[in-house]
Amino acid sequence: MPVIRIAEKPVNVNEEGFMTQYDEWNEEIAKELAAQIEIPLTEEHWKIIKFLREDFKVQGETATSRRVQTVGGVPVKEQFALFPKKPAKKMAYIAGLPKPKGCV
Amino acid sequence: MSKKLVVLGGGTAGTMVVNKLYKKLDKRDWSITVIDRDNKHLYQPGLLLLPFGVYTPEELVKDKDRFFPKGVEYRRTGVDHVDPENSQIFLDDGQVVEYDQLVIATGTTPRPDQTPGMDDPAVWRKSIFDFYTFEGSVALKEALDNFTGGRLVIHISEMPIKCPVAPLEFAFLADAYFTERKMREKVEITYVTPLEGAFTKPVCSRQLSYMLTDRHISLEPDFVIEHIDPESKVMISMDEREIPFDLLVTVPVNMGADFIGRSGLGDDLNYVPVSKETFLSKKYENIFALGDASDIPASKAGSVAHFAVDLFAENFMQHIHGRHMTHNFDGHANCFIESGNGKGLLIDFNYQVEPLSGMFPIPIVGPFPLLKESRLNHMGKLAFRWIYWNLLLKARWIPIPSLMSMKGKRQVEIKKGVEVNASN
Repeated sequence: MPVIRIAEKPVNVNEEGFMTQYDEWNEEIAKELAAQIEIPLTEEHWKIIKFLREDFKVQGETATSRRVQTVGGVPVKEQFALFPKKPAKKMAYIAGLPKPKGCV
Repeated sequence: MSKKLVVLGGGTAGTMVVNKLYKKLDKRDWSITVIDRDNKHLYQPGLLLLPFGVYTPEELVKDKDRFFPKGVEYRRTGVDHVDPENSQIFLDDGQVVEYDQLVIATGTTPRPDQTPGMDDPAVWRKSIFDFYTFEGSVALKEALDNFTGGRLVIHISEMPIKCPVAPLEFAFLADAYFTERKMREKVEITYVTPLEGAFTKPVCSRQLSYMLTDRHISLEPDFVIEHIDPESKVMISMDEREIPFDLLVTVPVNMGADFIGRSGLGDDLNYVPVSKETFLSKKYENIFALGDASDIPASKAGSVAHFAVDLFAENFMQHIHGRHMTHNFDGHANCFIESGNGKGLLIDFNYQVEPLSGMFPIPIVGPFPLLKESRLNHMGKLAFRWIYWNLLLKARWIPIPSLMSMKGKRQVEIKKGVEVNASN
């Protein structure tokens, strides 16, 4: 898998550009990833990103939109407002976590 | 003193667990009880094909208890709740059953009540149908037969669902079915998913995306349903997109059994959090969850349950003898995908490895093409019904290894360039 430079750090990503190493992530990288997909990060955005990071550490899986709502406390509708069109994918991308997948 | 293993649920996973462990456990030390509120075992893969006339309803149902070994006690009642601290099960019939080891295999169920408007009596099973229930599948057959044209929408409410590729197969089969009836041009088929596409893994996306475009099936991705307006027959998403339908074939929100929630044993969808390698509860040393009832990040599918139970049986014997469990599950899934017109695809993958192309070796019947439409794969799917009733449920040997093998698979080329397309 490729290694690219984000926020002046070498970072492992998959072929879609999603980070593959949990520990390589930091807030500077998140800001740059967010800028790439044109998401201005507000406090509400950070609340979700930090929840996703913490939740992944315990669960080993990226939280679903339902879980961000029920455990993280941000309703799905608001997730759509904060990360337009593809909230689940965009949240995972900025948080340096795997995107939601089907089986094919 | 004799110890007691109780299995909740006598479906695919529960039946395989009972048969495997009955052979392994010493009858002088262990008794096995299976508890299930109904005695009808459904051949679930058939529910996808029944609406298209491949099977009759009678071909898909047998009595559950004919698949339990004679020495196993079967109690036909529902479960009110489990008290895991005291290892007791409170049954719907008022009795209390104690256990030394508990296996939860109560599966997953479509829940149309979780989406406002979906189960409205004006539309439910009149213009909105599920197919992963016996009643839904039978009702849908009639609806398809009587359909004279219009907007057919195939929809997934939320992941995870039972058999994640089934809705896609339904779309392919519907295309072939209406083509055969010489009315395809009168039917507009739309595939609606909460995921980013019909295919979300790189190799499948590259190799299979043509399957929708060639069949003129339009795609509506990232659609997270908020409610259905039963009067105007429109689905409305969280970001206020609207999709009108004449016939909606939906996969409602899937949830584990309610008693799991009542017992404090489940997550927010009533799935039991377990180790994805051993299926042992993350909270209790004497509770396992197998099949669709667990929260493991694998497909909710019969093949996964089958491979999982094989390894679980070995682990269980170590566990009850106080040994470390060493047979780690890798998330192996092996599924035939119907693509219509007598053809099908085969996918074989696990937690780490996405479905790849190549050939899948099966002794005697020969290699099956992976990720490619072929008649052989369709024959495989049809032959599987016999294998299911006669070999799989009875825990007899099947020539497919429990852990995934790379044999015959084409490795993915690693691309040098990186495209950032989260915003696409």
